[in-house]
Amino acid sequence: MTWTPEFLVPLPVVLALVGAGITIAVGRHTRTQRTVSVVTLALVLTVSLALLISVDTVGHPLAVQVGGWPAPDGITLVVDRLSALMLVVSATVTLGVLLYSIGQGRASADSDEGDGGAPLPIFHPTMLVLSAGVSNAFIAGDLFNLYVGFEVLLAASFVLLTLGGTAERIRAGVSYVVVSLIASLIFLSAVAMIYAATGTVNLAQLATRLDDLPDSTTLVLQLMLLLGFCVKAAVFPLSGWLPDSYPTAPAPVTAVFAGLLTKVGVYSIIRTQTLLFPGDRLTDLLLWAALATMLVGILGAVAQDDIKRMLSFTLISHIGYMLFGIALSSAAGLSAAIFYVAHHITIQTTLFLVAGLIERRGGSTSLSQLGGLVKVAPVLSILFFIPAMNLAGIPPFSGFLGKVGLMQAGAEDGGWLPYTLIAGSVLTSLLTLYAISRVWGRAFWRDPAAQLRADPSQGHVIEAAARPVSRVGGPIGNPEAATDGSREGHVEVDTAHLPLGMMVPAAALVTVGMAITIIAGPLFGVTDRAAGELRERTPYVEAVFPDGVP
Amino acid sequence: MTPNIVLCLLVGVLFACGVYLLLARSLSRSLLGILLLTNGVSILFLIASGPAGRAPIIGVNAPEEMSDPLPQAMVLTAIVITLGLTAFILAMAHRSWQLARSDNVEDDLEDVRIAQRAVDNDMSDSEFRKRDRTDGDGAVRNGADGDGADGDGAVRDGAVGDGAVHDGEPVAATHTRSEEVDR
Repeated sequence: MTWTPEFLVPLPVVLALVGAGITIAVGRHTRTQRTVSVVTLALVLTVSLALLISVDTVGHPLAVQVGGWPAPDGITLVVDRLSALMLVVSATVTLGVLLYSIGQGRASADSDEGDGGAPLPIFHPTMLVLSAGVSNAFIAGDLFNLYVGFEVLLAASFVLLTLGGTAERIRAGVSYVVVSLIASLIFLSAVAMIYAATGTVNLAQLATRLDDLPDSTTLVLQLMLLLGFCVKAAVFPLSGWLPDSYPTAPAPVTAVFAGLLTKVGVYSIIRTQTLLFPGDRLTDLLLWAALATMLVGILGAVAQDDIKRMLSFTLISHIGYMLFGIALSSAAGLSAAIFYVAHHITIQTTLFLVAGLIERRGGSTSLSQLGGLVKVAPVLSILFFIPAMNLAGIPPFSGFLGKVGLMQAGAEDGGWLPYTLIAGSVLTSLLTLYAISRVWGRAFWRDPAAQLRADPSQGHVIEAAARPVSRVGGPIGNPEAATDGSREGHVEVDTAHLPLGMMVPAAALVTVGMAITIIAGPLFGVTDRAAGELRERTPYVEAVFPDGVP
Repeated sequence: MTPNIVLCLLVGVLFACGVYLLLARSLSRSLLGILLLTNGVSILFLIASGPAGRAPIIGVNAPEEMSDPLPQAMVLTAIVITLGLTAFILAMAHRSWQLARSDNVEDDLEDVRIAQRAVDNDMSDSEFRKRDRTDGDGAVRNGADGDGADGDGAVRDGAVGDGAVHDGEPVAATHTRSEEVDR
């Protein structure tokens, strides 16, 4: 047996599950547990990178038949450029979040905070299982394995979301669990119906067999699958559960959820829409859904008072961008959508991690209680500012490049609806900038003295100068007071310096976000080839069935 | 393939009852609803596997008499997954009962609060609107936002008021503000 890149395909799942087993076994030895999980995720990242490079150089998808059972009967795992790229990005952010939570755990080891930190031996195994579930969904070559991947990551996410079992998290967990289960059941019914119609769940075989079905049957199956995935991806009418449940979890958990879970839904939409149901049958429906997701999401974000909730709404809103690209179903649209997914996973995760830092530094994420952070925590301000501008799509950053790619694709398509979507995405981008600058202005810049200097119109300067002081107070602690000796009584002294273990991973992810800008050229090359591969369909099918489809 | 009409009807009934139960606020009812739905999906797989045949074991039965084993494997997997998740929901319902003595699904408080601000036409948070507001209104708002730390806020207001004296103009505003809070 000679070595081929195919050997790498199952490793992201296998390594993470083995790591999860070891971390459970050494549950009481916090240090060992941390080492094992970091090493595991670093290995997963290495394997994913190797997969991406080999799949891009080999030029065709890599397929593995688990246990040697031939394709339609056994479980097929397939890695093409899209899957490999997703694996790399997800492994990167998971590793970053894990390092961050270790830093957080070490920093709060003596206190009773315990947010995703040392006191809970269950945290590390669950994170690894979550990573395994996400990877499994990305490499699944049949619908049922995709379902299993979803269930694995959902079960892990249920545990992470209700970590500690406080009243607030149980409340948020209940709606999340029920909604996720219903979405899974819709997906599972769709799998059953597809099996009844075609006699297979293998994606490559379905790609050829679904073409033979009557049009109405295919439409029902397509809509059922879309419905299930859209709940998971938080596409507008089905997105209400997300801002309800995400913000209550500990910062690292919210960060990894925001980055990965909805994107698994987006990935599944891309995979099924291109491989199983090619053509533009649902383009109009998806475009409308994309427009509504963008606008309703961002209008929700503008109204929020809490940074984490605001970020949850921007998360929903920017799912609309990806859906826009998918709906166009042109090569340019898909390529830009894939680029946007990679960009958005990184940025959204980083922003939630930074929100965790803000919470630690300022004692709250509520905009009415924060103020003046730019003076007391300049590094934190930079860490927030860069990904925030990136999210809003300010020119040098990758958010801008992704949005431009989408708009170009929309303009190429040329109908009135794509042009409406372009207008909608520009508006959403501006409103994102507004929501972000609202956070910036209130949490970071709202310093009485600074306001007086910065704002030329005297009229409301007075109010601005007066307000923060009267509202910033409260039991949680006032960041401004840290610089002012006379108010020491109100400060939690140990939050004065953010632990390096949390700052460095967050800074590293910010750097990764900026690196996406720098490598945007090669990355767009990869996504272009991925989109081409997706639209052709034959490379995927031929990788699974080298001797022709049975 | 001719599906069994009884099984089809059964799936319909299970789905209908499941959806009805899911509409309830109580978590235990929702759980029962999810269980019914899952059973409905399992039977859907049985319909998908075609007419019932003999056990699919090589050497015991002839291949043409066998029923399709693949949906059975999938149903088994789905049942195991549902079992685990059901246990988790039960644990959550129990915890909810421990904490709140009810297993009702509660509203999101922050969401309700923001919706209430919309009703009060207080969405903007802008400095412009604050000026139009009467003193009494402002005081109420402050009480609501300050999380019961009004005393604290008032003390600090005083401090800044003193500092602002040198600037001349801001004095009036700050003092009004602290008076509001004091009230």
